[in-house]
Amino acid sequence: MDIILGNIDLLFEFPIVNLKIILDGVMIGALFVLVAYGLALVWGVMNVKNLAQGDLVISGGYVSWWLVQQGFPALLGVPVAFIVMWGIGWVAYKLVISRVIERDLFTSLLATFGLAIMMAQILNLLFGSDTQSVDLGYDTLYFADGLIDVPIAKLIGVLMAAVLATGVIIFMKISRMGQAIRATAQDARAARVMGIDTEKVYAFTFSLNSGICGAAGAIIVMVWLIQPFYGIAYAIRAFVIVTAAGLGNLPGVIAAGLGIGALEQYGSHIFGIGYQQAIAVLLLLIVLIIRLIQQRRNRQVLK
Amino acid sequence: MKKLTLLTGLIAGVAMLFSQAGIAASCGEITIGSAISLTGKYATNGVHAQKGYEYAISKIAENGGVKVGGKCYNFKVIYYDDESKGDRGATLAERLISQDNVQYMLGPYSSGMTKAIAPVTEKYKIPMVEAEGASRSLFNKGYKYIFAVLSTSEQYLASAVTLAAEKAEENGKPASSVKVAIAVENDPFSLDIRAGVSEDAARLGMKVIIDEKLPRDLSDMSAILTKVKLLKPDLLIISGHSKGAVTAVRQIGEKNIKVPMIAITHCESADVVGKFGATANDILCSTQWSETLSYEDPLFGTAAEYETGFKSAYPEYKSKKVPYQTAQATAAVYVFKDAFERANSLDKEKVRDALSATDMKTFYGDIRFSAAGNNVAKPMVLRQIQDGKFNVVAPSAFASHKLNWPRQ
Repeated sequence: MDIILGNIDLLFEFPIVNLKIILDGVMIGALFVLVAYGLALVWGVMNVKNLAQGDLVISGGYVSWWLVQQGFPALLGVPVAFIVMWGIGWVAYKLVISRVIERDLFTSLLATFGLAIMMAQILNLLFGSDTQSVDLGYDTLYFADGLIDVPIAKLIGVLMAAVLATGVIIFMKISRMGQAIRATAQDARAARVMGIDTEKVYAFTFSLNSGICGAAGAIIVMVWLIQPFYGIAYAIRAFVIVTAAGLGNLPGVIAAGLGIGALEQYGSHIFGIGYQQAIAVLLLLIVLIIRLIQQRRNRQVLK
Repeated sequence: MKKLTLLTGLIAGVAMLFSQAGIAASCGEITIGSAISLTGKYATNGVHAQKGYEYAISKIAENGGVKVGGKCYNFKVIYYDDESKGDRGATLAERLISQDNVQYMLGPYSSGMTKAIAPVTEKYKIPMVEAEGASRSLFNKGYKYIFAVLSTSEQYLASAVTLAAEKAEENGKPASSVKVAIAVENDPFSLDIRAGVSEDAARLGMKVIIDEKLPRDLSDMSAILTKVKLLKPDLLIISGHSKGAVTAVRQIGEKNIKVPMIAITHCESADVVGKFGATANDILCSTQWSETLSYEDPLFGTAAEYETGFKSAYPEYKSKKVPYQTAQATAAVYVFKDAFERANSLDKEKVRDALSATDMKTFYGDIRFSAAGNNVAKPMVLRQIQDGKFNVVAPSAFASHKLNWPRQ
């Protein structure tokens, strides 16, 4: 208890620390936003709760890491991971996901959980279980007597995440495929009647999600670290964010993502870093309770 | 008639096959069981340990095997993957003993996993030599069949506290002026490290100003490092297996943390020098073993010879250090060989008694077990990363280089 009070005192004694915590949180949150956006896409369009989301991220990280081992520049890893993971996503769709779209909730959860375990083990066999990380070798910018530090690598990572997110948003708004995806999300049967090839839309959506995750993973390996079994940490956060923001609510996803990043940092500052993930889960619980209260009059049948 | 000739031919053929096999494998087999982490969060070091076992087995086979009762034997290990989960480890140990009829066990990786298996081996009275479980809680339960070749974990970083005290006194300050920050993972091994450090710090009157537990899926510790910047400790202790070491070194560099002394575990297995280069400089790393130490034995040669031998057997280690996790796994197999030969029997009770009487010098250090089964003959070593090289700086009896202090 004394320690917690002491930690809170520190926040007041050095107000600049608050800014630093928020900054750290937002930089992590930006990556969470990418992963959560992909999840919201798949969830909204094909009603598949993809538990393998985190493992797609980690796979993307390994693609980028492998490229660096072959002597390619690290920044190239982001587009390459996007493309490679797009392909892997397409294969996963054809093999597994396409068979569970029309099924109930548990079938899709079980199938994607299986996919998650498979992917983690394949990564483990291919690359070994070492923790991996790519050092870009860039400098760090310091502000406020060195109390605030912004590694340039992180800055680049956040920028790339922003560029990718903007690109996807524009694509969804103006392209024909983007329109078809949105139409399918609204009502798949009506979209079919209108001549949209929903099978193609599904395959495209899952591949797009996989590509986004891959790019996020490639950024994560430059800024933090990856390990074959780290996927679950990203999957959990993506679920928290999507549940909090709701499907098809992009500003909500961005706000929730950045917010969770910052809140986790605050939580780990005050209660100790051991509670970082507990805070994400606690937030999920609170969000679910609030949703339940909000929707108590709005009862629906389960599809 | 034709059938008969065919049959005779067949019998003759089979008989020949057998006799040939007899010549080729003149040595018998001693089967040992091991449930070890090949997947999951401990897989990095689990694999290091497995290779250590395998290297010892092939080396023993090359040098005439294990001599028991005038006959020669080779070790064969049945491995199961415990997926880094304790309950799985215990189930697999049961399976090894009751289904595969294994009479002897080699340990898993990590204290937690060893703790999960020890009650099983104890129940079936199966002697287990383990090389990767250093938690002292393994050795206060009255277990009789567990033998650990390594030093217990509360000793891992305790010597860094002593070293920090020495440095403070050299600079005219009392040892009690040293402020300590501790960040360790919430698992038995790391908590022992914390216990060892806090005990020594308390004895010297030092103040522990940060005391945090790292989560299992750690990839960001900026919250702790921000506090370190604000509170300016003199000694920073971090232990969280490989991921703890990678995260710590990466972010210490990024955040430009200036603490005079930083001590972490698992530097080698995390390959912090290969990943981060100069950032890792002047960090202290605890180790069970170092290839520069002057230990020696007739089978593996000196510590340095062990390293070259291992690297030529496993070329993937060429560019990095052979982790101590590998060396001690090899030592565990060597201890088994020695015990079998002294027992001169394959009876597990006799082997257990021989194990408890072990007193040998190996490339890994002296090995002598206490009644509780931990090795009391070998000290922990502290190395500092100096220009990308691991140099022994403490304890002073083994120090090959001077300590760089304060860390820049």
